[in-house]
Amino acid sequence: MLGYIVRRLMSAFLVVVLTSMFVFLLFFKGPSNPAEPLCNLNGKCTPEKLAILTEQLGYNDSVVHQYGIYVGGFFHDRTISFGPKYHCDAPCLGISFRTRNEVTSELVEKFPATLSIAVGGASIYLTLGVLLGTLAARRRGTLLDRSLVTFSVTVSAVPYYVIALMVWIYVSLQWKLIEDTSYHPITSDPLHWATGLALPWAVIGLTSSTAYARYSRGQMIETLGEDYVRTAVAKGVSERGVVIRHALRAAIVPIITIFGLDFAFLLTGTIFTEVIFQIDGVGKWAIQALRSPVDFPVVSATVLFGAVIIVLANLIVDLLYAVIDPRVRLA
Amino acid sequence: MTAPEQAGATAGTMEFGRPAAQDDPYLVVENLTVQFPTHDGIVQAVTDLSYTVRSGQTLGIVGESGSGKSVSSMAVLGLHNPQSTRLSGSIRVGGTEVIGADQQTLRSLRGNDAAMIFQDPLTALHPFYAVGKQIAEAARMHNDISKAEARRRAIDMLDRVGIPQASSRVDDYPHQFSGGMRQRAMIAMALVNNPQLLIADEPTTALDVTVQAQILDLLQDLQQEYGSAIVMITHDLGVIAEVADDVLVMYGGRAVETGPTKAILTLPEMPYTWGLLSSVPDITGATDVRLIPIPGTPPSLLNPPTGCSFHPRCPHVDKVPGELCRTTLPELTQATHPGHRKRCHLVNPDEIYLKEVLPEAAPDLIDEETGELIPELQVQLEEIQQETHDHPTKAPGRSAPRGGDHVRADPEKP
Repeated sequence: MLGYIVRRLMSAFLVVVLTSMFVFLLFFKGPSNPAEPLCNLNGKCTPEKLAILTEQLGYNDSVVHQYGIYVGGFFHDRTISFGPKYHCDAPCLGISFRTRNEVTSELVEKFPATLSIAVGGASIYLTLGVLLGTLAARRRGTLLDRSLVTFSVTVSAVPYYVIALMVWIYVSLQWKLIEDTSYHPITSDPLHWATGLALPWAVIGLTSSTAYARYSRGQMIETLGEDYVRTAVAKGVSERGVVIRHALRAAIVPIITIFGLDFAFLLTGTIFTEVIFQIDGVGKWAIQALRSPVDFPVVSATVLFGAVIIVLANLIVDLLYAVIDPRVRLA
Repeated sequence: MTAPEQAGATAGTMEFGRPAAQDDPYLVVENLTVQFPTHDGIVQAVTDLSYTVRSGQTLGIVGESGSGKSVSSMAVLGLHNPQSTRLSGSIRVGGTEVIGADQQTLRSLRGNDAAMIFQDPLTALHPFYAVGKQIAEAARMHNDISKAEARRRAIDMLDRVGIPQASSRVDDYPHQFSGGMRQRAMIAMALVNNPQLLIADEPTTALDVTVQAQILDLLQDLQQEYGSAIVMITHDLGVIAEVADDVLVMYGGRAVETGPTKAILTLPEMPYTWGLLSSVPDITGATDVRLIPIPGTPPSLLNPPTGCSFHPRCPHVDKVPGELCRTTLPELTQATHPGHRKRCHLVNPDEIYLKEVLPEAAPDLIDEETGELIPELQVQLEEIQQETHDHPTKAPGRSAPRGGDHVRADPEKP
């Protein structure tokens, strides 16, 4: 088991290293000069000004040297200069061209909002989805089952941003039920935290729960037909016990796998949700960085951050598998 | 040593369902019909099936796939989904009616008065729970005991069914057990509440032959110890010969032949049973003897054949005058031996079997020079005939049940 974890950690580390190289090449050695947007930020960009910036940022050095400095920033402080000199504490992901702040500290500042949205939304859709799916599977073929499936397919067919916009327009603007949608740290004001995020949670939770309901329904129908479920019935286990302890216990394994990856995807930035509900999270931050002139350090940081989250989530899901499925222990 | 005591402590609940007289059959199935309505029509899985099993006795149900043997026994525990199944007739387990019973009654019956051993223990045991936990769950369902106590019983049962180091293997998962051990664990789970009725649905089919023999021995030992009634469902006549007191042969959802094992295996009177016996290899026999398969395929349960459901495959149809086999369903009538019943129009089945079927299927049972049956078989036949004369209304080894019901397995009443 320990050997397995070590092996998996090593391969996860390798993936992160490769991604960081790819990200670096993509953004700093791409077809355009990364100094150019910076040069355009303050007044007219003259060739002389661009040349000075390019030299200051080290873009004339070799790729390997630049990458070395970039990676070095993860472990020790760096000084970055474009115009004035900026100090960048380790782990340093660069200085934002636009705000001139450290990218790392901005990420740390934005992440709690995204994390809050993700945790709330994911808890709703996992619970609601599995609950509805189980209910539909138990009452398979009835009106309840059919209307659940129809409703679920309909909701899944509408683009997410349409639903989010409608909810925002009606619930927030028109009916003024919850006017304030914004992020407040849970540490300072838990109630405000919850009310501010209630709409994003509801929208993410309800829309994604339909997919989970369909998936859980399929899994539950499969496990309810398994021999071991029949064995449980033949032992005299109550219907609730059969459904929860025997059928759901087996059905939950693949659901958890999908959930882990979905949740990680949410953590990398809930772009539509954050933009529509005006919440300062990683997603909104990333999409703003892409506006012209492009804020290269921020964009590269969000991509790298996303990669790390996804790799970690995969690792956690695989390790979790060993916990919830005794057959893969010692694998 | 402790398990019977514990079982005794909980006997209060079991006494409730027990028949007044020890002689009454523990399981009574009467005119059981099981149908599954589907989009293509009604699947007639079991039609008008009746049989009884007494405590301490074993009834073997044989038949090919789709003959209704599993479906009928699942009905005994009420395991069919009531929404997709039509059940009629009567099933009484220790006097408790199962058909139409509410969930509460069924729950207290399942795993307590009547338990089931399933065919493939790998799929029938939950892969995510330790074996001991699954056995303990069965114990806790019917007894108000602590988790620790249930676990102790699980270890006891595992030990009893011959799992070595039961106290450490109790925490193993099913995939860590071998096939034979899994089936032993399955049996331990079925027996943990000391059930009066044990239904074993092809318990040895998924196992290799040496393990098969061990499992059958184990079942017989446990039956002697607990005095349970056993219904053994199988398509293996070898298993039947070894363990069953009575046999019920099923075909197309109906009982086609029933009676004491010895009578059925020595002198069967229904062509389908002949076919079954002819297709069994005899390892002591000559190696150049060809097995004789039953031609054709099992009947459709959606559109069962008219008349006798075996007639499309029966090689002896032309021995019955007229179109009787094609038009009229034969009744389950008394055969030569008391307690032996068959559903067939043939007038002289014994003669056909001894003169035509046996010489072809088992030439080594016929003396080459004289053309007579070998002495051993002669003796057996005489024994059966002797019993017929000695006890014209009584099968061997049992007392007559009430109400002039003279047969042990009594499929179909008028």
